[in-house]
Amino acid sequence: MTEVVATNETILVVGGGISGMTAALEAAETGKQVVLVEKRPYLGGRVSQLYKYFPKLCFPTCGLEINQRRSKMNPNLTILTMAEVVDLKGEKGNYTASVKLSPRYVNDNCTACGDCEKAVEAQFDDEYNYGLGKRKGAYLPYRMAHPQRYVLDPRIIGTPDADKAKAACKYNAIDLEMSEEVVNFPCGAMIWATGWKPYDAAKIQPYGYDRIANVITSVEFERMADPSGPTGGKIVRPSDGKEAKSVAFIQCAGSRDRNHLLHCSRICCMASLKQCTYVSDAYGADADISVYYIDIRAIDRIEDFYEKVKAIQQVKFIKSKPASIVADKDGNPVVHGVDTEGYKRFANAHDLVVLAIGMEPSVDKDSFPVDIVLNREGFIEAAPENGGVFAAGSASDALDVNRAVQHATGAALRAIQVVNSVARAEA
Amino acid sequence: MSTNQAMVEKYRNNFLKEVEANVEEGEWVKMCMQCGVCSGSCPLGKFWDHPPQEIFMMIRAGKRDEVLTSSSMWMCTSCYNCIVRCPRELPITHIMHGLAHYAKRLGLVPQNQPTAKFAQLFWDNLMKKGRVNELKLGMALYFMNGFGEGVKVAMKNQKLGMNMMKTGRMNPMEILGGHAVKDLGGFHKVMKKAQELEDARIAKHGA
Ligand SMILES: Cc1cc2nc3c(=O)[nH]c(=O)nc-3n(C[C@H](O)[C@H](O)[C@H](O)COP(=O)(O)OP(=O)(O)OC[C@H]3O[C@@H](n4cnc5c(N)ncnc54)[C@H](O)[C@@H]3O)c2cc1C
Ligand code: SF4
Ligand code: SF4
Repeated sequence: MTEVVATNETILVVGGGISGMTAALEAAETGKQVVLVEKRPYLGGRVSQLYKYFPKLCFPTCGLEINQRRSKMNPNLTILTMAEVVDLKGEKGNYTASVKLSPRYVNDNCTACGDCEKAVEAQFDDEYNYGLGKRKGAYLPYRMAHPQRYVLDPRIIGTPDADKAKAACKYNAIDLEMSEEVVNFPCGAMIWATGWKPYDAAKIQPYGYDRIANVITSVEFERMADPSGPTGGKIVRPSDGKEAKSVAFIQCAGSRDRNHLLHCSRICCMASLKQCTYVSDAYGADADISVYYIDIRAIDRIEDFYEKVKAIQQVKFIKSKPASIVADKDGNPVVHGVDTEGYKRFANAHDLVVLAIGMEPSVDKDSFPVDIVLNREGFIEAAPENGGVFAAGSASDALDVNRAVQHATGAALRAIQVVNSVARAEA
Repeated sequence: MSTNQAMVEKYRNNFLKEVEANVEEGEWVKMCMQCGVCSGSCPLGKFWDHPPQEIFMMIRAGKRDEVLTSSSMWMCTSCYNCIVRCPRELPITHIMHGLAHYAKRLGLVPQNQPTAKFAQLFWDNLMKKGRVNELKLGMALYFMNGFGEGVKVAMKNQKLGMNMMKTGRMNPMEILGGHAVKDLGGFHKVMKKAQELEDARIAKHGA
């Protein structure tokens, strides 16, 4: 049975992405007791799945590493992975949370040697790579995963693979008896930092994501560009593995659209501009990059970045929201539309089309486990009715990392104010 | 003063306002964000003078004559591709028909615009008996561009006509007057009332 030491002066943070990690660490470093609950087997959230960060084009691993060090060093922080909040009772300053822990089947004896992975045979879609590759039934979610501990996929439990994994482990780290449990513990305030998920691209029917192999999403493209990703960093066509030099980016795929997401996802213009550099870095003068857009929303200091990308000769900007994408006989996706500047029709064939997919809240509007005020897009509103529950980062709006982290720091401060007033009342 | 001149006087430089007040669903025009999806989605778009997106921009730019005398809105076949894709949910098809209707009211339809001509034939045909007489409408359509042309088209479509007759879709006897709706008098009353309502609506907004 897992024990969680907590009081009504404890701050509970839900979601261990960059926002949740930031809020948890900021609070813990002021001396507050913090419990961080993360659904995945590791921390870092979607940032861990990016290749580079705009606007500086540095690697997100760097920022994540700093946060991981900070969390390892802090005795006030308890991290629960593969965990989800299922209920919250009580009121501001005096809540009881119920958290469901899913079994990892691997205990903390694990040294991440990887012997279990070699022993098992079953393979599954790799969710870290958005299904672009496969992983084994015993796996380390990604190379920098924190905690550095393997996971057994529940689908191999009860199969010979599970026994093979157990037999292969020299450290007695595999425990097939682990089972799901629910732990209840008190807390005074809660920070909800559950982040975002990519909009389901198949719902944008005319773009053929579900029919055309060479139409992919921007999140998949991040994995493709990463040297540790499923293609070893090669930008290729999924249909035949050939180099993809002519790449089209389609902006507002699912965003700013009353048939899909109402809001502007804010980061996808910048994400595509960044991804233009992936293509031009890979293919230089041979690259042929087209960005189809309604308007480019690169705000304040990141406008400079837009100017930089505009100066790359291989990048063309076409002011048009394409009407449809169809595949020609060679599997080339052909983008059809009318150019707003001159109202000319076009039908342009590319090697690869990347849909700059919109961001929607990761927690479904209708199944939020706690009482909370949501706006019509499903993001969390700052409202007095929320009591001691605060949002941090992209659970509150479509935000880039810079803004998400600032927002998370603000949320930490609000939570600290709540638990401080509990402490004062009890003194 | 013609209705057209009266409208020019009334709305002066604000064609958008004129459209909002007088064209069916015209108040939606300002919601267009010029994304271009409608133009790219129109299956007949390449035959239009100006795709819908451009028409909406022209309305906002006050290009009154170019818009109202354009053949674009007459080219709309009501396929609804644009409506289902427009990210702002503009009722584009309806606006196109609204513009066509308004241009017709003002007498600005281009001479010999085939869709406008057909629409008139259809209307006249319908008004007589309260139902469309396929045979007469078909004949009128064939001879729309003169006698010689009509015979040619009729010959070409001979097989189609024969098949329609065989399957009971068209009755050759309809050429002799043709049958009417049950209560033709009632039908004409309904149409008269509708015309009155429409006239009152126009009087309210119009000159
Ligand atoms: C294609 C693309 C490229 C991008 N590139 C950049 C860039 O270059 N620079 C930049 O600044 N921003 C970029 N962004 C935006 C960036 O990804 C977000 O700003 C960032 O992920 C926000 O972090 P977060 O912690 O708020 O949310 P997330 O990263 O989504 O983290 C949320 C965490 O909560 C967990 N969680 C979810 N639900 C639950 C639950 N019920 N219980 C427990 N845990 C839960 C998730 O597993 C996850 O770990 C990009 C976005 C896209 C789409
Ligand atoms: S950020 Fe750009 S691509 Fe994304 S929704 Fe907004 S305008 Fe569209
Ligand atoms: S699809 Fe809608 S918003 Fe886009 S140009 Fe056409 S009318 Fe305007």
